[in-house]
Amino acid sequence: MTSFDAIIIGGGHNGLVTAATLAKAGRKVLVLEAGREVGGAARTEEFAPGFRVSSVAHLLNRLHPEMVKTLELEKHGLQFARADFMPSVALSKDGPPLVLHGAYGEVLTGASASEQSAWKELRAQLLRYAGILKPFLSRRPPDLAGMSLLDTASLGQTTLTLKKLGKEDMRDFLRVLLMNVADLLDEQLADIRLKGLLAFDATLGSHLGPRSPTSLLGLYSRLAGETAGAAGAQALPQGGMGAVIAAIRAAAEKAGVVTRASAPVAKIIIEKGRAVGVALDSGEVLRARTIVSAINPATTFLDLVGPREIDTGFMRKVKNIRMKGDAAKLNLALDRPPQFTGVDAAGHRGRLVIAPSPDHVERAFNPCKYGEFSPEPVMEITLPSLADPSLAPSGACVLSAVVQYAPYGLKEGWDAGKPKFLQAIMAQLEAYAPGIGKCVVHAEFLTPADIEVRYRMPGGHWHHGELQADQMLISRPVSGWSGYDTPIEGLFLAGAGSHPGGGVSGAPGLNAARRIIAMKG
Amino acid sequence: MARQIRKKPASKTANTVVSARIAAQGHFRTLRLGTPFQPRINALARTQDWYNWAGYRAPHSLWDEELEYFAIRSQAALFDISPMTKYRIEGPDAEALLNRVTLRDVAKLKPGRVHYTAWCDDEGFVLDDGTLFRLSPTRFRLCSQERHLPWLLDSAIGFDVTVEEETEAVAGLALQGPTSFAVLRDAGFAGVEKLRIFDLADFPHDGGIVTISRTGFTGDLGYELFVSADKALSLWDRLMIAGELRGIRAIGYTALNRARLEAGLIVANADFTTAEHAIRADRLRMPDEIGLGFMIDLEKGHFNGRRAILEARAKRKLRHVLVGLEIEGNIPAEHAIVYYKKSQEVGLVSAAMWSPMAKRNIAIASLERPFGDTIAEDLWVEIYAMRELQYQKLMKRAKVVARPFIRLDRRTANPPADF
Amino acid sequence: MKVWDAIIIGGGHNGLVNACYLQRAGLDVLVVEKNDWVGGAATSRELTPGFLYSNCSYVCSLFRPEIMRDLELPRFGLQVIAYEGGAVFTRDGDYLANYRDHDAHRREFARFSKRDAEAYDRYARDVTRQCRFIQPLLMRTAPDPTSLRPRDLGELLYLGKKFAGLSAQEMALTLRFWTMSISEFLDEYFETDVIKANFALSGIIGTALGPMSPGTAYVLLHHYMGEVDGSVGAWGYARGGMGAVTKALAASFKSSGGTIRTGAEVDHVLVSRGKARGVVLAGGEEVHGKLVVSNADVKRTFLKLIEEKELPDIFLRRVRNFKIRGSSGKVNIALDSLPEFPALPKDSPVYRGDMHFTDSMERMERAYDDWKAGRWSADPFLDMVIPTTLDPTMAPPGKHFMSCFVQYAPPKVNGREWTDADRDGFAESVIAQIADYSPGFRDRIVHMEVRTPREIEAEVGLTEGNIFQGELTFDQLLFNRPVPGYAQYRSPVGGLYMCGSSTHPGGGVMGAPGRNAAAEILRDLAKSTSHMSPAHDVI
Repeated sequence: MTSFDAIIIGGGHNGLVTAATLAKAGRKVLVLEAGREVGGAARTEEFAPGFRVSSVAHLLNRLHPEMVKTLELEKHGLQFARADFMPSVALSKDGPPLVLHGAYGEVLTGASASEQSAWKELRAQLLRYAGILKPFLSRRPPDLAGMSLLDTASLGQTTLTLKKLGKEDMRDFLRVLLMNVADLLDEQLADIRLKGLLAFDATLGSHLGPRSPTSLLGLYSRLAGETAGAAGAQALPQGGMGAVIAAIRAAAEKAGVVTRASAPVAKIIIEKGRAVGVALDSGEVLRARTIVSAINPATTFLDLVGPREIDTGFMRKVKNIRMKGDAAKLNLALDRPPQFTGVDAAGHRGRLVIAPSPDHVERAFNPCKYGEFSPEPVMEITLPSLADPSLAPSGACVLSAVVQYAPYGLKEGWDAGKPKFLQAIMAQLEAYAPGIGKCVVHAEFLTPADIEVRYRMPGGHWHHGELQADQMLISRPVSGWSGYDTPIEGLFLAGAGSHPGGGVSGAPGLNAARRIIAMKG
Repeated sequence: MARQIRKKPASKTANTVVSARIAAQGHFRTLRLGTPFQPRINALARTQDWYNWAGYRAPHSLWDEELEYFAIRSQAALFDISPMTKYRIEGPDAEALLNRVTLRDVAKLKPGRVHYTAWCDDEGFVLDDGTLFRLSPTRFRLCSQERHLPWLLDSAIGFDVTVEEETEAVAGLALQGPTSFAVLRDAGFAGVEKLRIFDLADFPHDGGIVTISRTGFTGDLGYELFVSADKALSLWDRLMIAGELRGIRAIGYTALNRARLEAGLIVANADFTTAEHAIRADRLRMPDEIGLGFMIDLEKGHFNGRRAILEARAKRKLRHVLVGLEIEGNIPAEHAIVYYKKSQEVGLVSAAMWSPMAKRNIAIASLERPFGDTIAEDLWVEIYAMRELQYQKLMKRAKVVARPFIRLDRRTANPPADF
Repeated sequence: MKVWDAIIIGGGHNGLVNACYLQRAGLDVLVVEKNDWVGGAATSRELTPGFLYSNCSYVCSLFRPEIMRDLELPRFGLQVIAYEGGAVFTRDGDYLANYRDHDAHRREFARFSKRDAEAYDRYARDVTRQCRFIQPLLMRTAPDPTSLRPRDLGELLYLGKKFAGLSAQEMALTLRFWTMSISEFLDEYFETDVIKANFALSGIIGTALGPMSPGTAYVLLHHYMGEVDGSVGAWGYARGGMGAVTKALAASFKSSGGTIRTGAEVDHVLVSRGKARGVVLAGGEEVHGKLVVSNADVKRTFLKLIEEKELPDIFLRRVRNFKIRGSSGKVNIALDSLPEFPALPKDSPVYRGDMHFTDSMERMERAYDDWKAGRWSADPFLDMVIPTTLDPTMAPPGKHFMSCFVQYAPPKVNGREWTDADRDGFAESVIAQIADYSPGFRDRIVHMEVRTPREIEAEVGLTEGNIFQGELTFDQLLFNRPVPGYAQYRSPVGGLYMCGSSTHPGGGVMGAPGRNAAAEILRDLAKSTSHMSPAHDVI
């Protein structure tokens, strides 16, 4: 039997990135994936005969450049050009839509001249501020207990970047840092469609409304991401998100990583406070010097390690990680492409957003605080088969939508609530794309409860833990253990539950691998 | 969306949980509860000198603190320990849970045995110390100074075990002193002579059961008795009647506190600050810093704070040490500052007295390492003795000495002696 | 022509504190107040014969003891009487009380949950640790983090040192404290909804946020920093109503030679060559002063009292962006007898404290949702006190004064101004809630004063009726308060200062903004501040 230096639990994109990076550094690495294939929530799956779709994540906007470089993904077929950048379309029921072209609205159309110049200014400001936070993405959060030289240097660097802003810009940066997005938009913009789109983007994937303080951070975190070197740009790979996974997997395998699918881990084996191996559901035991969990931190500690091997305070912190998702995924198999009112052909290939105003987003958010779904949900829609006909039978179309707010813990239970919420979503779609309902051949609707089961994501939360200010940086996944290592020697975390969080970036996986290499693990 | 309608309160409650809750409202009228022994203690309380022990009305002294102390050392003293916090921990995983929570190896604690232990938070700081009674293979009682229900319940996640707070339900008595065995025997607790130090056993009493352990907080021959609250008074009477000729006396805390200091025992939140109560981060203490390092069992598997304790030991991060001091002269050095070479401040005395048994001026002090650890010479205490509105300042030599300050063979003698 | 050394616009408590300190430093100080009485939001008014109304601010706790001492307020008649208890009524006919005694407090919680009863100590420890970190900052001027001046660097260093003095755990908690919602914070300690609601109310009072909004954990700290005679976190009544605080301040001011002009509304500040030279009153009268201090909120001061041309664009933009946000109202009631609450035993100390009806986080948050939608809460949150249970001087014998602080009330109703009918609807939501728990309540009402944000703004001059002169969110705290670059009580206009709650450390009857502003003014004048006690040590 081959022996491995490192075992990675979980073959999602972060697990594969860690595996590939470790393998490139000379480690013998085994990836254990519970499902039938690797890729986690970034797979491309068939959901109706002939119709394929990206499973949960359906857009690329933050694949980390250092990861792309380290894994040489471009050699493995993952390459984007400016022409691939998708526009964002703020849909409107009764008028022409507003469109952000290029990399997050380098050009804005459908808005007044004054709004265009206001947007230009705001966009530049947001990109400047997001740029300050960007270096943090590819670093371990600073360790408060004993700031290392590297930590201090990285903080120092941030301060220097801050200084470069100029006095007034720096003052504004410090003021708006933890602000709510709605206020900032009200201060600088007038068009509620544009404000609605930005409010949606800031709160997508989090349990916040645009009026919740700190919600602006969501926008920064989006704009700190980049595609083909352009901040805020988004693209859809040919073949869906599965193509990204295929490229990472190819890089990993080339580096010698062994992947085993259908190999769910039942237990992480701890001996004298040290992780020494894993036991599979089948009873098979595999041992390695380093164990990396690229799955949810709560699952890792509460189920795989178990409370007996960790301290009570740590367990409390892990249990306190908030990870109840509010986003649902709707995949529609349509017999023909839908027509969204006022949207041109290029727009249909973009990201279509239903979020008519910040107040609308806020009203959609309200009920989810009490375990109720939004009666008028907000959503982002893509029609991936328009650019990639391989995803649907000829003449047919795939619609993929991420919809909010669908609280994981629906009070009435999702069995009863699911058809009602689907009805509410379809009503919204019908309002913006009249006649779409009649084109539906098949609908696959995943609530957070479904996502939890299917993709082993507790709470159905794609960040594996709310990405809010109090669960970021040094507090992610829990305070005191934000640097990818854990209280268990030899056990590391590498998933989205760790800094800098979820979305298909590979940054947690890359940072974790770097940490393991630094620790000689 | 329809506007939220007002939530009216219910006029009548059918719910028994709610009615029980409402029935308990009146507690605000009695801020200091009596213990189940209160009628007897009230009858004996000549000094009416009370203090607040965890919300209970407890006596500092009952009639004469000097004589109460000598009752411990020469006769038999009865001290009400009912206010002590008590948790019942029961279930197939009770041993595993307690092994995870506390420092010592609970697997080595056989049913029918008691041990003194402590428990820590993740950073290895002591949350409390206390006694753990193994009542059966799967049933334990944990007694402590502070309250820990959330900590115990959270620790119990993933263990097949129930944790219940039973402070009010269970009454406790400490019967301490040379004649304590004779009192119990004469009270008809047949077989009590078989109890060795730290043994416990159940005995019939008044149609119920009393659990007697050969334990105590005095360094003397002594026992602790636990009984359900409704049998408390009959137990008291049974002991007092049987002990009359053996000089049994009810006592208050002042006397007990002297005896415990002679025995070298520490008190949470007197000699160290418990981790959940320390507002100032530098007041936290690891077991090695308060003389409880002996409890730490690194062989038994994981327990709370293990990682931090190991790291502190390895990186020499232990900053304090708790020591016994013998101080020249006979003036108690309570809360005196400890100096090295009469000038450098190195610590503080937390408890001190002139010991009538040891005939030594003793103290417990917390020092900053290396003082008290590798440097034990040339230590001094500055005593501020207030005498008729003037401080008499005394600089006295202090010597680090082993605890306990007194060793009484009768404490552990088998069979216990019939004084 | 008389030229005052300093003119203070507004006789609220901060204006008076500021005036007192300046006068005691030897300046010749004039306070101009629009109303016929001083006090701003801290007043006692006889609105119906025999009843004194604390008709705006109603409790005293945050007032800094250092200031009370410096200005000899006890000598001038200020007495503070501490609450004896408090409660949240539950809808099942019970209540959860807060008792001052630690063990009674625990037993009360244990009626609902034994676990929560024993969780309180850890909660109290963590909150106390955070208060100890922040409290010393109240009486200091916030540094400008973009400045390289030695003073700013020194203050930054002080902040840094204080932060570095925390353990890693505390630091992490501090960072989370500033960004968490009070609801999430409490979830980490307690399991019982009513117990959480009981603590959460301190996270929302005075703000336009709900308990589920990030940042409200900090607001809780702001309310916990009070003390009554050294008992930290305690709240109390001023004997004779809150006007007693400003009455004592005014007496202290006058005794040291200060002058107050009431009924003197300022129309605008007199500015020439970039420097404030005095004020022009509503009638056109010019009053000249070497410097002017505004106790009004930052929006009123710079958008109404100063001409735009005197101010830099970036400053104006930031002032316009300052979030004031009225969120509360008041219903003040004269009662012909003590109301009964069948749930509450007649001998309960809770009558002599603050009472609430919002027994769940959801109710509290839903009340906020109404505000966001531009209407008053259908099921409002009330902070209700009956000061006459401890202070009989406020009502005729046997009769009572009740103060109800109400959240949420928007500054505008559905985007339009409040109407009298709106005001009556708002009052009814309050009375109906009380009457649900107190049969016969309506029949006891002798007189009632209802104050929506409209009334508070019109009478007290607080923009949008916001009691803190600006939201207490991170973007408006410390060096961001009131606006970045001007967090040191100075303004772009020479000789014009700010001393109201819009400035650091914010609202509540605390006096710290007034005092800190005085210290900055005296520093500019190179005058001694030896009459100002330094902040008490936190050891």
